[in-house]
Amino acid sequence: MAADILEIAGKEIKSRLFIGTGKFSSFSLMREAIKASEAQVVTVALRRVDTSSKQDNILDYIPKDCILMPNTSGARNAQEAVRIARLAKAAGCGNWIKVEVISDNKYLLPDNLETLEATEVLVKEGFVVLPYMSPDLSIAKRLVQAGASAVMPLGSPIGSNRGVKTEELIRIMVEEIKIPVIVDAGLGRPSDACLCMELGCSAVLINTAIAVSDNPVNMARAFSQAVTAGREAYLSGIPSQGGSASASSPLTGFLRKEN
Amino acid sequence: MSFYDTYLKYKDFDLNRDFNLSQLTTCLNKDKLELTDFANLILPLDGQHLEALAQKARALTLKYFGKTIQLYTPIYLSNYCSNECIYCGFNLHNRITRKKLSLEELENEARFIYDTGLRHVLILTGESRQESPVSYIKDCVEVLKKYFSSISVEIYALAEDEYADLVKSGVDGLTIYQETYNENIYDKVHLSGPKKDFRFRLDAPERAAACGMRSINIGALLGLSDWRQEVFYLGLHAKYLQDKFSSIDFSVSLPRLRPQTGNFVPEFDVSDENLVQAILALRIFLPRLGITISTREDPLLRNNLVALGVTRMSAGSTTYVGGHTLDYSTHNLGSSSQFEINDKRNVLEIQAMLKEKGYQAVLKDWMQV
Repeated sequence: MAADILEIAGKEIKSRLFIGTGKFSSFSLMREAIKASEAQVVTVALRRVDTSSKQDNILDYIPKDCILMPNTSGARNAQEAVRIARLAKAAGCGNWIKVEVISDNKYLLPDNLETLEATEVLVKEGFVVLPYMSPDLSIAKRLVQAGASAVMPLGSPIGSNRGVKTEELIRIMVEEIKIPVIVDAGLGRPSDACLCMELGCSAVLINTAIAVSDNPVNMARAFSQAVTAGREAYLSGIPSQGGSASASSPLTGFLRKEN
Repeated sequence: MSFYDTYLKYKDFDLNRDFNLSQLTTCLNKDKLELTDFANLILPLDGQHLEALAQKARALTLKYFGKTIQLYTPIYLSNYCSNECIYCGFNLHNRITRKKLSLEELENEARFIYDTGLRHVLILTGESRQESPVSYIKDCVEVLKKYFSSISVEIYALAEDEYADLVKSGVDGLTIYQETYNENIYDKVHLSGPKKDFRFRLDAPERAAACGMRSINIGALLGLSDWRQEVFYLGLHAKYLQDKFSSIDFSVSLPRLRPQTGNFVPEFDVSDENLVQAILALRIFLPRLGITISTREDPLLRNNLVALGVTRMSAGSTTYVGGHTLDYSTHNLGSSSQFEINDKRNVLEIQAMLKEKGYQAVLKDWMQV
């Protein structure tokens, strides 16, 4: 059997668990959690990166073999997201960008239209764009057309730990969208991550649930195992739960009866 | 319509409500608290119930802000003032050495602070349109932009076009305290000067919000009136702003009055317990609200407040004009501070304290875009 490798923009990614770097109590603990998770894609808010400081720089704590995916956290519109992406590239953070445009600070829900606009601009500039979005199929299709490398629908609002409240919409996206669907935000437990993988999502991104747990390193490992389990189950073909029991006297049985 | 209309609507809200503390758990377990729930949380509580609030507030803060505290430091640009606020060291009648930083002196302050690693600064002035006009503040912002990723202002209330002008020049944050939400007391403690206009100040945050200020910090100076009343209207104000301007980060401060030049003694006592309850109630009522605690409070209390809902702290503070770099004695600045600071720890010391408590000090959390 061929190895199960996720490919994004020509990069082969073995781990389907992506990690966010906010909210940790220290950079060193963050690094330990990333290592324990075996994640290869790590997102960092550019707003927190300070390459000019003599003090610790968050980028120095991200394992060198990881793919750095800066994000545009703090952007309230497409224009700001585009500027932050350019600053990220200029700061040497590579050309991957997780576009995050939030104009609603109450629920931290993304603005899909501004996200689409930023994606269109950034793809043209050569960025590998992974947009964070509300799970809306038609916007997802437009993001694909715009050249996004994956779509990142939310499971529930950022930091809410509520799990996969958008399950039905994500199920449809997985069915219809031919680029990787990566659930980002709101996953509070390893079982939430496992469910996303069972649904056929390509990966999940976890931050809060790991960062604020009592033991981020162990929690990172737990998420990693859950993601692996969910993926294996998906690949193995999860038996359909079926809507009703199969009748012992089939309705069409008479067609096959003799006489 | 502005917040003043909402304020008038709730002006006679009964804060001495009849509430059975046994219902507090129900109140705490709600997903979304109503204003009446918030009012219940600031009723007199015993230690056991206060602890229940603390547990809830801590969990919410962790969930929404994680184990991080953002740090900043104030830079006093000028202490010239045309207001007569009876509680403030900059009161125009106080015989203090008046000073305004030259741009060169400001650059020295900027370099010094930059070397501490801080990237967020708050610039302050007294209210003097003659000595520290908006044009001077913009000149200062030009200097500071070379060093810092976020520049907030705490200056006199401005008109909307002036706020727009500051945003355009690179200011991304505004701090403005109402001082007291009690209109009668406000009138009594602000004897003269432009600040006497209660409503112009009350509506200042939304004037700034309307022209795209990214983050806005409001506050009440505790000690001028009953703390419950102040905290209730502060919460009401914050909720009003969050509802009206959903893209802006709002935060609150709860400064308690500190000794300063002059003879003002606060009429209302606000104990540590009261302050803690105020912080907890605000966190539970508005989970995503930033809460700032300044160096007006002593080190021990600040250390303990970290886990309870605070999200932002000042560090390495001084309330002297040029206080980061100028030698007070040679510049004859002896008693010219706005108020006495209580926590004199520098940035490294605050970082070390946070680390020990299992929190990460965030020195940069925005950039000029």
